[in-house]
Amino acid sequence: MSEVFGVPVQALLGQLMLGLVNGSFYAMLSLGLAVIFGMLNIINFAHGAFYMMGAFIAWMGLEYLGIGYWWSLFLAPVGVGLLGIAIERSMLQWLYKLDHLYGLLLTFGLALVLEGLFRDLYGVSGQPYTIPDELTGAFNLGFMFLPKYRAWIIVSSLTVCFFTWFMIEKTRLGAYLRAATENPRLTQAFGINVPLMVMLTYGFGVALAGFAGVLAAPALQVSPLMGSHLIIVVFAVVVIGGMGSILGSILTGLGLGVIEGLTKVFYPEASATVVFFIMVLVLLLRPAGLFGREK
Amino acid sequence: MSPATEYLRVTGLHAFYGESHILHGMDFRVNRGECVTLLGRNGAGRTTTLKAILGLTGKRTGSIMLNGREVVAWPPHRIAHLGVGYCPEERGIYASLSAEENLMLPPQVSSEGLALGEIYAMFPNLRDRRKSQGSRLSGGEQQMLALARILRTGARLLLLDEISEGLAPVIVQKLGEVIRQLKDKGFTIVLVEQNFRFAAPLADRMYIVEHGAVVAEIERSELEQKRELLQEFLGV
Ligand SMILES: Nc1ncnc2c1ncn2[C@@H]1O[C@H](COP(=O)(O)OP(=O)(O)OP(=O)(O)O)[C@@H](O)[C@H]1O
Ligand SMILES: [Mg+2]
Repeated sequence: MSEVFGVPVQALLGQLMLGLVNGSFYAMLSLGLAVIFGMLNIINFAHGAFYMMGAFIAWMGLEYLGIGYWWSLFLAPVGVGLLGIAIERSMLQWLYKLDHLYGLLLTFGLALVLEGLFRDLYGVSGQPYTIPDELTGAFNLGFMFLPKYRAWIIVSSLTVCFFTWFMIEKTRLGAYLRAATENPRLTQAFGINVPLMVMLTYGFGVALAGFAGVLAAPALQVSPLMGSHLIIVVFAVVVIGGMGSILGSILTGLGLGVIEGLTKVFYPEASATVVFFIMVLVLLLRPAGLFGREK
Repeated sequence: MSPATEYLRVTGLHAFYGESHILHGMDFRVNRGECVTLLGRNGAGRTTTLKAILGLTGKRTGSIMLNGREVVAWPPHRIAHLGVGYCPEERGIYASLSAEENLMLPPQVSSEGLALGEIYAMFPNLRDRRKSQGSRLSGGEQQMLALARILRTGARLLLLDEISEGLAPVIVQKLGEVIRQLKDKGFTIVLVEQNFRFAAPLADRMYIVEHGAVVAEIERSELEQKRELLQEFLGV
């Protein structure tokens, strides 16, 4: 069996794969945060709660209504997105002209309320969600076994990220979005319904989190706290990547997942803190983030 | 004037930015196919007048009849669809969009816009620079682009804010020619200007604005006899 720096190649590849899986979640969640921040000027602290709700809607759908994984993958993000739209219309829209701090406090409060609700209903112990039949088992790649569900997480989240990037950077709708992010008043004066776009952007951003939640459900336990565990790392990812950039948040998310995975192999003690260590370094050397622009 | 020939009529318009009361009862009208200028000293409230028409200021009261409709309470994105194009004082070129994306951004509001070919014929530079990022264009190119992008949409009323400001004389001359061509094509134009020499030959009528209200109206034919007025308010 071959080794790299005294580590078996299989273990290395295994952790690399896990790193990519985690990175996929970081990418999807930080992408949503970046899109929301650009358009709404709000740091969406409730993002983790929406991710958790995506997973719970999938679980509840199966438990109470017999709705399977594939339908949930579509329905849960739609549900989360609609809830996001209701929250944007009823609460967030009043905060856009105020300091970031207000949006942060409101969404932080929302996260606590949503998490508290699910904790009250289901307790803190996780609920299992079985992997759909089509995705059980593993591919034998010759040099390693690749569990099908992990491959699916990576492929589907990268597809969603690419689709989002393409929509924003390459289409007419995306040009509206970029214009509204840069100069909302003028964009509205050209006849583009900016308030509607803001509302849909929030809905889409949190729907991404909901989608990530459904993807996570079979891989992890479905628990009310799954979002708040993850979101702390995701905020570090966002700080490292810089708030402004779409591609930046995708690449930073994946990259940090991989770095975390490799740290687990070479220096396991640091694997839980390496992201924060990088965050401190980046803040010292490039305060706007790797892909951010200084304001 | 009958409403059929009138494109824009502003009556008793007051506008605020937050608590500051900026417009104090503006009154003026613009007929179809006319070129009207708003002249005035710095801070007189001309930019604010254009913004108030578009719904970009804070609170507004009074009346803005646009194409036969009262729009004083409308949100900005609906006003553009009555055929209004806006070229802001700061030009408003989006740095995150390419020149061509800037040009193609404003949605179509009628079928009467100029074709892309016509626009590039009018501003050949923009064709060469179409792949450049908005922030990379020179001041003159940005001004041309800001004007060009509202000609494509089918807007028939153009609100142009200080388009000659800070540009080299040849470019100012070129812009004068463009405005003349646009008049020939039947566009209705409101020209906010500091530069009397630029505006005078183009304008069918002038309004002098002072402290957020119109203090004088000068028809093209009255220019000579109202010289002292211009002297008094503008120093020309
Ligand atoms: N966003 C704003 N908030 C508060 N006051 C403003 C704002 N914009 C302009 N003002 C004030 O409104 C008044 C009118 O400004 P406006 O920009 O309309 O003038 P103007 O006639 O276009 O002159 P110029 O463009 O030469 O400065 C000025 O006293 C200005 O200080
Ligand atoms: Mg002005």
